[in-house]
Amino acid sequence: MHIPDGYLGPATSGVMYAAMLPVWALVSRMVKKTLKNQQIPLLAISAAFCFVIMMFNVPIPGGTTGHAVGAVLAAVLLGPWAACIAVTVALVVQALLFGDGGITAIGANCFNMAFVEVFAGYYIYKLISGNSPSTSGRRVFSAAVAGYLALNIAALTTAVMFGIQPLLFRTPTGQSLYCPYGLNVAVPMMLGEHLLVFGWVEALITALVVKYLQKQDPSLIVSGKER
Amino acid sequence: MRTTSKLWLGLIILAFLSPLGFLLPEYFKAGDAWGEWSAETLQELAGYVPQGFARLSTLWSAPVPDYAFQGWEEKGLGNLSFAYISSAVIGIGITVSLIMLLGKLLTKKD
Repeated sequence: MHIPDGYLGPATSGVMYAAMLPVWALVSRMVKKTLKNQQIPLLAISAAFCFVIMMFNVPIPGGTTGHAVGAVLAAVLLGPWAACIAVTVALVVQALLFGDGGITAIGANCFNMAFVEVFAGYYIYKLISGNSPSTSGRRVFSAAVAGYLALNIAALTTAVMFGIQPLLFRTPTGQSLYCPYGLNVAVPMMLGEHLLVFGWVEALITALVVKYLQKQDPSLIVSGKER
Repeated sequence: MRTTSKLWLGLIILAFLSPLGFLLPEYFKAGDAWGEWSAETLQELAGYVPQGFARLSTLWSAPVPDYAFQGWEEKGLGNLSFAYISSAVIGIGITVSLIMLLGKLLTKKD
């Protein structure tokens, strides 16, 4: 899901950076208001978890690979504002140091994974878990559903970015200048593989960690009433 | 052991397991992620290398491209695993440092 350099036209990349700037500004304001000092280690752990879990490429035998993102887990543990920061930092480190995701596409990749996935995951989790107590099985279930759906929503927005390129930018002979595949290919491919395989991986890791933390320290899984 | 200590330990374990991220795809003959192909693969798949792609794709040379040290690809899976684990450890270290720095800037003083 890491769009590399060269797959999006500069206009698309620019628009995505422009879209993320107010998000990042709002996020830092909200985090300043709400994040407590004691939560910083958990924020660092969540960001590092996102970084490392994305290295675990899951194969579709004979096909493509994909991976979990960890964004929904961060959102469940820290709320969407801090989670947006955690995923953004992981994505920036991946792009600059390891060339995973392009530097022109940092805005686009952050939009998909640090914004769309984080906020979709957070609100789906909140909606399904409701006021259930922090140790309830319903929270594990909610985390799984939120992980599955949010990763797929992010896969869809990523696919749309890829897929509109041939519509927007062509040579006079009709070749695409950037991503060569249109929506008719990008959307079914990206969404298909995430619906079939990678979404379940995100669901599994999100639910497993929530389940583990319920046993270890339920105070980390804040119940609905407190937030 | 405190919960955060256990979580840190979990991260270290994940770093050491990270070579699975290329060993499993290799074993199951899975290729690139969709939309993350090289120029050569694009030529094969789409029949051409898009002109804008050719111009932009080489814009940035990451110090450790694809979590592997340059020129190590031929040195075998053992070395590649070592590169992967090192990348995971370095990446985790830098990510954590950046968050600590941001945390200092973004939290209340109390």
